Amino acid sequence: MNDEVAPYLPEVEKGLHLIPTQATEHAGQVDHLYFALVGASAIILLMVVGLIAFFGFRYRAGNKTANRSNLPSTRTENRVEIAVLAAMLTVFMGFFAWATTLYLDGYRGPEPAMTIDVVGKQWMWKIQHPDGTREINALHVPVDEVIQLRVTSQDVIHSFFVPAFRIKRDVVPGTEKTAWFRATEPGEYRLFCAEYCGSFHSRMLGKVVVMDRGDYQAWLTRQGSGRTLATAGKQLFEAHGCSGCHMGKSSVRAPSLDGIYGRSVALQSGEVILADEAYIRDSILQPDKHVAAGYEPIMPSFAGQLTEEEILRIVAYIKSLQPGDWVKASVNGNEGESQ
Amino acid sequence: MSEAAANQASESYLSSGWRIRDWLLTTDHKRVAWLYTISITAFFFLGGLAALVIRLELMTPDGDVVSADAYNQLFTIHGVVMVWFFLIPSIPNTLGNFLLPLMVGAKDLAFPKLNLISWYIYTVGGLFTIAAVITSGVDTGWTFYTPYSTQFADRAVVAALTGVFVVGFSSIATGINFIVTTHKMRAPGLTWFRLPLFVWANYATSLVMVLATPVLSATLILLILERMMGIGIFDPALGGDPILFQHLFWFYSHPAVYIMILPGMGVVSELITCFSRKTVFGYHGMALSILAISVFGFLVWGHHMFVSGQSLYAGLMFSLFSFFVALPSAIKTFNWTATLYKGKLIFSAVMIYALSFVGLFTIGGFTGIFLASLAVDVHVHDTYFVVAHFHYIMVGSMVTAYIGGLHFWWPKMTGRMYPELWAKVAALALFIGFNLTFFPQYLMGYAGMPRRYQTYPEDFQILHVMSSLGAGVLAIGYLLPLVYLLWSLRWGKRAPPNPWRAAGLEWRTDSPPPKHNFLEPQTVTGPPYDYDTIDNK
Repeated sequence: MNDEVAPYLPEVEKGLHLIPTQATEHAGQVDHLYFALVGASAIILLMVVGLIAFFGFRYRAGNKTANRSNLPSTRTENRVEIAVLAAMLTVFMGFFAWATTLYLDGYRGPEPAMTIDVVGKQWMWKIQHPDGTREINALHVPVDEVIQLRVTSQDVIHSFFVPAFRIKRDVVPGTEKTAWFRATEPGEYRLFCAEYCGSFHSRMLGKVVVMDRGDYQAWLTRQGSGRTLATAGKQLFEAHGCSGCHMGKSSVRAPSLDGIYGRSVALQSGEVILADEAYIRDSILQPDKHVAAGYEPIMPSFAGQLTEEEILRIVAYIKSLQPGDWVKASVNGNEGESQ
Repeated sequence: MSEAAANQASESYLSSGWRIRDWLLTTDHKRVAWLYTISITAFFFLGGLAALVIRLELMTPDGDVVSADAYNQLFTIHGVVMVWFFLIPSIPNTLGNFLLPLMVGAKDLAFPKLNLISWYIYTVGGLFTIAAVITSGVDTGWTFYTPYSTQFADRAVVAALTGVFVVGFSSIATGINFIVTTHKMRAPGLTWFRLPLFVWANYATSLVMVLATPVLSATLILLILERMMGIGIFDPALGGDPILFQHLFWFYSHPAVYIMILPGMGVVSELITCFSRKTVFGYHGMALSILAISVFGFLVWGHHMFVSGQSLYAGLMFSLFSFFVALPSAIKTFNWTATLYKGKLIFSAVMIYALSFVGLFTIGGFTGIFLASLAVDVHVHDTYFVVAHFHYIMVGSMVTAYIGGLHFWWPKMTGRMYPELWAKVAALALFIGFNLTFFPQYLMGYAGMPRRYQTYPEDFQILHVMSSLGAGVLAIGYLLPLVYLLWSLRWGKRAPPNPWRAAGLEWRTDSPPPKHNFLEPQTVTGPPYDYDTIDNK
């Protein structure tokens, strides 16, 4: 590891930028709030400093002529304090409402055009596109599309920070979080890790490349993974022996998974649970947590055997299955095997 | 009383007993205060040295002064030392230890032996932690976030945590001592609403120490259990939850911020009233806002976690409470300013420190509002904006108050006056150096510079260079008092009992005070800060 700054951080214009590039609408909105806060604080700071300077001059000990009689009574003092309190409370609640609205927008985005997986790892960013394309320390996205990121970590906590979008999301191992943005300007933007993650934290850098739609399609074609996430997941599903039990190819009985996504599953414990991504993920890593009704808790945990990206691919495969897919597959597949 | 006995009673606490055991086994709160002062000063300069190397490294975008790991160890040392071994004990254990009994008219703290033991716990725990951190190169940052601290930092994290755990008991001991002293040992006539605000502040601080520190201790134990025995509490690989650690950690560490700042607010109230020659504006409001801050301080810890993935609605509540906690602080700032109104202002070095505090605290407080504003926090969280904000509070405000208070009570503590001119120079150097160091950090933070980065993109360099140069000026502001205050111990003019004509019981006795503080029992008949009466006598 050399001590130079990693070359994959995109160049920005030379010189000092006190306000980072605005590459999303949200960025502009956050900046407005920021300017309002700067304005309000500047006014109050000037009042405080101004009063100190004014009183300091007027009531300096050497000034014998200043009128020092008629000090405010305790009652007046209380009234002034309450007035100050009320004024500050009003200002503060205004800012609270404004900032909270923007924050909620940042969490509850519109329907995304695509979901891209981001996995943080000491000290790199690994990206998986829905069509299976993978990249490291770079995230290519089309302009003007709502992009949802599904972020997680392979090891310690990292934080996905793109100043130009004014977004930051902690990347926490063991959980998947989402973030979204819609970039409005094609270009290359900086990606930092913002949560301290060990030796080379300051080298955990990358770039977000926002491209015109046509360029993005051309880029995808050039990458040419040829395999979608789900296809890649299917291969893993077979390679790790999942299909052996779940597709009924061995004597061990395990629940069939085609069409399970989005369905309610009855559990051994008597509860019923919705089979969402978290459920599928938990079932891979902690199979004893939710045992399906009617089955023995015999599945081994795959924690530590699969990387976060592989888990995401397997989940994508299971999600892609429609009811009855495996029945068809076994009809076709048996022909294949008998050859 | 025989004349010899009377002489012995009026003898200053410093005049005899200079064998080593007279100091190391003393139960006199004034001497224990000195033991603490020496320890925290040593820790302060150690932490400061680490900061200077960090600032030197950041003069250039590349990593060229120390290695990446050494850099991470440096900011860990800086944070651990400054937070736990300097800021938390700073004012309570030095000025508080010395002044609290004097201000309430008592002979000593309620539990003098506990007081001495707390110093031993603190010093031994502190040295042990420093040794562990330095020799094994702990690089987790002072926050010890999991799972980095439990699974990935292959160093003496357990030893370091044990030291911090042990030091926690010293905080609790001090807290209990102060609470009991304030409740039970006030002089006749010294009702709650006649107490100096310094006592109020230390009292509130003690409450927070006693209530919050055990949570930290419990958290550290859990962390040690996970690291040593592999019990899954915080590490997701073991079935734990890393965010739980952040909740527990900040449940202590946010109130700890108020442990650090409240005593500073108390000091500044004493300083400003004395050099305005008038009572504080809104005494009751000041006392109640101290209590309000200590209560609300317990309800805002989640504002450190707005991007961590905690529940959205929890985030909203923590944001709301963070706005609320700013209200009593705003009242205090307003009242300090209003205290100047119709005063007779004397711009001594002490007053310069106090007014610097007000200015810096206003900036630090307002940028706290930026951080409470959710959408802005998402952008500036874990950037230099946050670094600048908490340094304005903890260094700009707190350390300034501490040094200002040290000057104000120096004649009382030592019986010597310091050179006023040099003190003014130092106060100005501190104010200018501090702003030069930390104001640029706000700017680079919003521009997108993440914290805890050893290397950084070139366009941030100009701000980093300003900041590093400022740190040099700031260092002068800290070193100067060290030199002239030590000088004054031998060559300074002898101090009269009340050189500032200040109100407060501590000024009614000799400088330095006799062993048992007062020769006569004290009674209080009027409100605090009665400068009218003093000046018209």
